Amino acid sequence: MVKNIAIARNDFPILNEKINGEPLTYLDNAATTQKPQAVIDALTHYYEHDNANIHRGVYTLAERATEGYEGVRQHVAKFIHAATDEVIFTRGTTTSLNWVALGFASQVLQAGDEIIITVMEHHSNLVPWQQAAQRAGVKLRYVEINEQGELDLAQYADLLSAKTKIVAFTHVSNVLGTINPVKQMTKMAHDVGAYVVVDGAQAVGHFKVDMQDLDCDFYAFSGHKVYGPTGIGVLYGKRELLTLMNPVEFGGEMINLVQRQITDFKPAPEKFEAGTMPIAQAIGLGAALAYIEAIGWPAIEAHEQELVNAAYAQLAAIEGLTIYGPPAGPTRSALITFNLNGVHPHDVATVLDTQGVAVRAGHHCAQPLMQALGVSATTRASFGLYNNQADVDRLCAALVETKEFFQV
Amino acid sequence: MNLGNLSDLYRQLILDHAQHPHHHGDLAAADQTVTLNNPTCGDVIKLQVELKDDRVADIAFSGDGCSISQASASMMTDLVKGQSLTDVQHEIATFLEMLMGNSGEDEDVDALGDAAVLATVIKFPARIKCATLAWKALEQAIGEAKNNE
Ligand SMILES: Cc1ncc(COP(=O)(O)O)c(C=O)c1O
Repeated sequence: MVKNIAIARNDFPILNEKINGEPLTYLDNAATTQKPQAVIDALTHYYEHDNANIHRGVYTLAERATEGYEGVRQHVAKFIHAATDEVIFTRGTTTSLNWVALGFASQVLQAGDEIIITVMEHHSNLVPWQQAAQRAGVKLRYVEINEQGELDLAQYADLLSAKTKIVAFTHVSNVLGTINPVKQMTKMAHDVGAYVVVDGAQAVGHFKVDMQDLDCDFYAFSGHKVYGPTGIGVLYGKRELLTLMNPVEFGGEMINLVQRQITDFKPAPEKFEAGTMPIAQAIGLGAALAYIEAIGWPAIEAHEQELVNAAYAQLAAIEGLTIYGPPAGPTRSALITFNLNGVHPHDVATVLDTQGVAVRAGHHCAQPLMQALGVSATTRASFGLYNNQADVDRLCAALVETKEFFQV
Repeated sequence: MNLGNLSDLYRQLILDHAQHPHHHGDLAAADQTVTLNNPTCGDVIKLQVELKDDRVADIAFSGDGCSISQASASMMTDLVKGQSLTDVQHEIATFLEMLMGNSGEDEDVDALGDAAVLATVIKFPARIKCATLAWKALEQAIGEAKNNE
């Protein structure tokens, strides 16, 4: 069944909310997306009909829960074009990245090595590497951005050397909207023998990602940013690297045999999933992926591209508004970060909120990037598949009102 | 459009302070300097005080912030300059309580001067931390000064 994206909006009950007496114009999708009825129903159905702990019971219900959970693992694998045992469930992108920085980096980092990240990283793909570098006593180096808010690939090439052991970068910047050339950057890193870790939090859900095509070694994303529940995320890793990687948490379910002094672990992915996992949330994630598939990538990509192009043009036409990041086009994803000259982003967001428009104001968990841009805070509007031209128009009208209110 | 509520938050007095903050800058002879930031938004305030005979002889602030945090800092510096540390500590307590929804004695709130209008911020929970940042910085500055005695 193919769903029509033009009416997808009706599948999201929360979009009927009134905020301060105005219709909700939800433009904070980069923080978290809203959930379609299908996901809400999947959670309810699971609790009403299938709830049991997985992998343990011999009874029918436990088997049903296990099948559901493992079925989503297969679904995720197909969704990102990976093998089923290369998909680990986590709490979200942050946990996924921390596990790589703890369990994998500790296995491969040696004195004299270097880790490369970029100045546009979200703190969750930055602080774990700072910590890993400190623990291993290795150098942390940064790829900078150019005037357009794109990574400086020439400088990246200069940074890469035989010393580079790990390169970690985001697929899409949550501030600039820049879509980074993951495939090319991965190839460059592999050419010097480095491992590549990609933060996919802002990519999955907006366009197709393919692990075989990108060829990166690890890839992380969150369920709640792809129309699924909070509390569930994914870490993809190449099979042989997951074998090398250590679990970060230990306990039930991840073991083969426990003796008094030593324990034999299960192979990946089970060895990473200690204790009771967010089972219902995994089921919900499966429903979210099915929802995306029912609409299809061509429709989602075309719709979001059209929306962001229109938003870019309309925002750029507002006098005194500065947009950060690349121009509208193939290297910009579905978000736009800006500042209104003379009005602090917090004040902008408060005024927009009184008109039902939900945007994010602040540093967006990217303080080094804010510093590089020379600002302390910005305002961000980010789009999802249910946003439409009316949302863009309301955003722009509200910004014009904001200017009038503050007389700038 | 529902801008009615907004004029509560952004009273003219608040906008005036935000646009032309008083005691904005650096002190030449500061006894205490405290830099605080609001981790949720990245706003930063640097507050400097010069103390003499248990009084705030001079005070200044600088940094980046929204209109609420700038106005609050400006109003606070107007209020406390020249006052005794005991009075200032009492006013800080009144202000912070007021922004937790505890309105306190009328005379205490009146004693806050211009800053009393910031009580309206309570209707905008996301902005309370903007209003309290400067006051927390001053609280810390006085605490540190007393510790150093
Ligand atoms: C680029 C990027 N990386 C990582 C994260 C962290 O995701 P989560 O909070 O779901 O772990 C986010 C979310 O804001 C993000 O935008």
